[in-house]
Amino acid sequence: MLARLKPHAVPLALFAALALAPLLGFGAGHSLSLLARAIILALSAIGLAVLVGGAGLVSLGHAACMGVGAYAVVMLDAARITDALVVFPVAILAGGLFALLTGAVAIRTSGVNFIMITLAFGQMAFFTAASLSAYGGDDGYTFYGRTSLFGTRLLEDRWFFHYALLLLLLGAWYGGRRLLASRFGRVLRAARENPLRTQALGFSPYPYQLLAYTLAGALGGLAGALLANATEFVAPSFIAWQRSGDLLFMVILGGLGQLHGAILGALAFVLLEEYLAELTPHWRLIFGPLLVLVALYLKGGLLSLPGLLRRG
Amino acid sequence: MAEPLLELRGLHKAFGALVVTDAVSLTVNPGELHAIIGPNGAGKTTLVHQVSGTLAPDAGQVFFAGQDITALPLARRARLGLARSFQITAVLPGFSVLENVALAVQARAGHSFRFWRPAATEAALNAQAMAALEQVGLASRAAAQAGALSHGEKRQLELAIALAMQPRLLLLDEPLAGAGPEETERLIGILQGLKPHYGMLLVEHDMPAVFALADRISVLVYGQVIASGAPASIRANPAVQAAYLGEDF
Repeated sequence: MLARLKPHAVPLALFAALALAPLLGFGAGHSLSLLARAIILALSAIGLAVLVGGAGLVSLGHAACMGVGAYAVVMLDAARITDALVVFPVAILAGGLFALLTGAVAIRTSGVNFIMITLAFGQMAFFTAASLSAYGGDDGYTFYGRTSLFGTRLLEDRWFFHYALLLLLLGAWYGGRRLLASRFGRVLRAARENPLRTQALGFSPYPYQLLAYTLAGALGGLAGALLANATEFVAPSFIAWQRSGDLLFMVILGGLGQLHGAILGALAFVLLEEYLAELTPHWRLIFGPLLVLVALYLKGGLLSLPGLLRRG
Repeated sequence: MAEPLLELRGLHKAFGALVVTDAVSLTVNPGELHAIIGPNGAGKTTLVHQVSGTLAPDAGQVFFAGQDITALPLARRARLGLARSFQITAVLPGFSVLENVALAVQARAGHSFRFWRPAATEAALNAQAMAALEQVGLASRAAAQAGALSHGEKRQLELAIALAMQPRLLLLDEPLAGAGPEETERLIGILQGLKPHYGMLLVEHDMPAVFALADRISVLVYGQVIASGAPASIRANPAVQAAYLGEDF
């Protein structure tokens, strides 16, 4: 049993730490909000990690899927629809549909062109959101309450919200792992390593990549709806390309080799951002170079750190 | 006579003013090994690309088992049973040797929109992949990472991948390129063993290998087939000797 669990030691430790954190001094409102933010970004980053690490699709527009999910919550809220059984499925479908439509065009390109076109779609979503004056335009939209669950206000309970998020993260991580190891995932990985060879075997990579892109978008939509609930506020800045860049950086910071790298990356990113900001108002002067150092010296991301230290 | 497996009819391809394929017509019959030789720059690889579907001809047609496949993309041709090996080895370096071959088996099993079961432990895929590896004598390296193989082993893996597709025609683009003398000998032995079971179109620089293996040889010079026939008649052909001035057969 123990031997079987050993290869999963890092992700299991991560989940255990997240599960125990509220009991070990991170149970205050502020800490839980911070953790919620980190878990939600990790959820979104897992979808992106499947794309980048698995399929080799480096998207710089992933935040747009989150934005679409968040604005789905906004629009339903404005129409007085706040039932979770409606809100979350709609957000997931909206994120997936956005990814399907934009991906259908973007995946016809590759490399730098793919990055540029996903960025362009992201910016289109950003400016669209900013022009939605009915939903606050540039100023954003404030909720008066969170999405209701079976008619209750359970999502406003920070502890319940924390463990619900953690469960979703666990599900996304496990599902993503299964996906990448499956026949479907094998085709994705092969097309990343050598598209020509993959075609010569008889596969057309396009439908596989498009489906992966759509699934990641759907997960992004869910994460967006959750973030809207966590902050009880949505603004176009949710969709800004900087957010897409942050997500991409979380994935690379954690390590592309394995899916839990995205979780590690998101946690490290959010916590660093928070604690450096407490240290000094000029925290970006430390954060920036830190990211540069990781990019330069930790090619395998934080996941490769233990191995590096062991080798000295 | 049976219908040819592969038939090229009047293929023509030019890059600007440079004609690289000039009215090339040839056939490969089932069970036949048809070799294409020619000096460097004769347009051999361009021809292979047009047969496999990575490059569209300007004119002419490609027939596979009687079907016009000129307009079909690479992946569709592969599914029909046309397997190609690459001149520059194109194995998936991050995959294990077994997984490289299992992917080819998987390609034959219809679509791969299966999302849950780990593909690496699917016995049906792995058993057929192992069989292909045994055919080329690479079974002992099944667990190795493909990127860590020697050059000759990668060439063997290329062959195993092509075999696992259970193709009707093998399109071999310089399968011996860069292999050492011992590896070459082993690869020739493997090809000899495969010969009865497949139609093969072989492009190769290694003349002794070509003359040992081929049933028919076509000589390509400046995009044109200047001679085609049994190895003995090609060897005796004065036009071929002129094209290969000074080279030994």
